[in-house]
Amino acid sequence: MLNFTSAIALTMLALGAALTFVRLVRGPSLPDRVISIDLIGILIVCVLVVVAGDSGQQAFLDVAMVIALISFVGTVAYARYLERDRT
Amino acid sequence: MIDWISGGLVVAGATLALLAGVGVVRMPDVFTRMQASTKASTLGVGCLLAALAIRHPDVSIVMKALSVGAFMMLTTAVSAHVIARAAALTGAPLWKGTLLDERPVANRDRDCSSS
Repeated sequence: MLNFTSAIALTMLALGAALTFVRLVRGPSLPDRVISIDLIGILIVCVLVVVAGDSGQQAFLDVAMVIALISFVGTVAYARYLERDRT
Repeated sequence: MIDWISGGLVVAGATLALLAGVGVVRMPDVFTRMQASTKASTLGVGCLLAALAIRHPDVSIVMKALSVGAFMMLTTAVSAHVIARAAALTGAPLWKGTLLDERPVANRDRDCSSS
């Protein structure tokens, strides 16, 4: 059973992810989409931190760390790809 | 008391993350969107981690929260800079009200819409 504030926080995070997904679908340029994907990764980390605080399980924090790392590497790789692609 | 503080920090952090989403949808060009998402989400993660560390004052949890927080503070800034540099070099169009564009004219306002 979720804590009340955790339920509110998870609802708001889901709303923010939905808004970010709107920009991911609509985004006029490729950098917009990369920003959206980066923000979705950060929001996933936020959700994992809230769940870890609610349940007291430390394993969620490890998962948050790994997802943050992979999201960062993916963003840098996307940006490299964009820069290499220009002519 | 601790419950009140950590609950308030959780709601504040989630509000900041929601504001990041709103900013990404509402801002007019790539660079303003990038700064909205980066700042709001960094502060949001910080608030959520502080709430977690206050609610569970355990050594391993606090250390993991600190390391995740430090990592996010470092990498979010770096990735925002890298994306903004790529966007500027590929000629992303700026908002109409922008006062100064220091890029060379050949680099401006190219249509970099993805195919």
